[in-house]
Amino acid sequence: MINDKEDILQKTADYMERYVRSQVNKMEAQESFSLAIIQDMAQMGLLGASLPKEYGGLELDPLTYGRLTEVIGKVSSTARTLLTVHTSLVGETLARYGNEGQKEKYLRDICRGSKIACFALTEPENGTDAATIKTSYEKKEQVYILNGHKRWISLAGIADLMLVMAVNCTDNKKMSAFLVDRKAPGIEVTPVTGLLAARDAYISEIRFKNVEIPADNLLCKEGEGFAFVANTALFYGRYSIAWGGLATAQAALEEMVTYARKRKQFGKRIGEFQLIQGIIGDAVAQITAARSLCISAGEMRVKGQEDAVMQTNIAKYITSRISVQICADAVQVLGGNGCCSCYPVERLFRESKILEIIEGTSQIQQVMLANYGMRKFYKRENTGV
Amino acid sequence: MNTKMNDKEIRRELKMYIEENMEVFDENIDLRDNDNIFEKGFVSSIFAMRLLAFIESTFKTEIKDEDINLANFSSIDNIVRMLEK
Repeated sequence: MINDKEDILQKTADYMERYVRSQVNKMEAQESFSLAIIQDMAQMGLLGASLPKEYGGLELDPLTYGRLTEVIGKVSSTARTLLTVHTSLVGETLARYGNEGQKEKYLRDICRGSKIACFALTEPENGTDAATIKTSYEKKEQVYILNGHKRWISLAGIADLMLVMAVNCTDNKKMSAFLVDRKAPGIEVTPVTGLLAARDAYISEIRFKNVEIPADNLLCKEGEGFAFVANTALFYGRYSIAWGGLATAQAALEEMVTYARKRKQFGKRIGEFQLIQGIIGDAVAQITAARSLCISAGEMRVKGQEDAVMQTNIAKYITSRISVQICADAVQVLGGNGCCSCYPVERLFRESKILEIIEGTSQIQQVMLANYGMRKFYKRENTGV
Repeated sequence: MNTKMNDKEIRRELKMYIEENMEVFDENIDLRDNDNIFEKGFVSSIFAMRLLAFIESTFKTEIKDEDINLANFSSIDNIVRMLEK
């Protein structure tokens, strides 16, 4: 395990470049991310990067963790997904709301990578409208009985531990969060294929049929699953996606700049043409602005400021949007080559779109930001403020 | 709780924060200390985790696991009662 945080970032970048990059296309084609890479990441401490040291994590501060997410995401969005889902959505949420017994039982395994975790909220009929999920639970003596169907669950294909959101079977306003062992009888996992991107992220459907969950595996209080657990998990996940969007955009910028400096047309390098320079200039400006947002969200989290939540929403909204734009522009700069998987921009173009959808669509971010802005920037009459 | 604020100041901070984050835009709404902010539709339950973060950062306190439930965050009175425990 590596220690100093700059050392962690450098060694991770080296590992990603030297070992992972060459495998990315193959893993996507085979629709299976390398388990050996996951084990390497675990050994480097990356799967517990933001988690407490007492459970085997690196306990990186949020800003450094964000930078780490970018370093990893620049090379492989599925490796970044491991951080987003396994480490942030599940690990950080468990660290926040788990009781001592739950942390002791699961966080060590999460940090070690001996258990891979997934977050199961979305269902076939419930995406953005997450409060109305149908997966239900029923309390029976010392166990909860879980029934339902989840979809689009990243890492579910290899997950050993599932953080599952479900509603009470007699009161669907009461959502609760459960830590579910994959080995529990009644769980069926089916891979989702034909995806635009994230093909090697083991995205799957999960069916729960009378799955018995020990009462001790309830996370936080019964009925507080949506207000506290799911929303906190999504906050952590959104922060990770904000940096992931930055990573994809930065990778696309580096690809288009490198290409524009080498590719010659009409006897000149295409980077010498002002229309190409316009594209690159916009990308540089957008990435610089987006990076400032991510850093500021990270600094707010470091200081424990409440407004980190809204700043994270803004950062996620902006970085995912510019990522789509910059990746599309990178394809444009590379022309025909940009449409071929022999250049990374083809994959980045597909991956960037996913970021506008996961952990809250751009449209739901806009609604949240509008509500926030309608209050914050209202000029009351006679007060001038 | 580490804050040096008195009861009145705590209530004022909470009232300001909740008012700043209401999801209704009627200027005439008067938020009272015993109003259930979720049931009255002033905020949605998504706001609860932001309110929790606000309370922890503003009043320099850590809400205990056993106190994390929506009812404790549903009104200014209930929040103050939870902080006084």
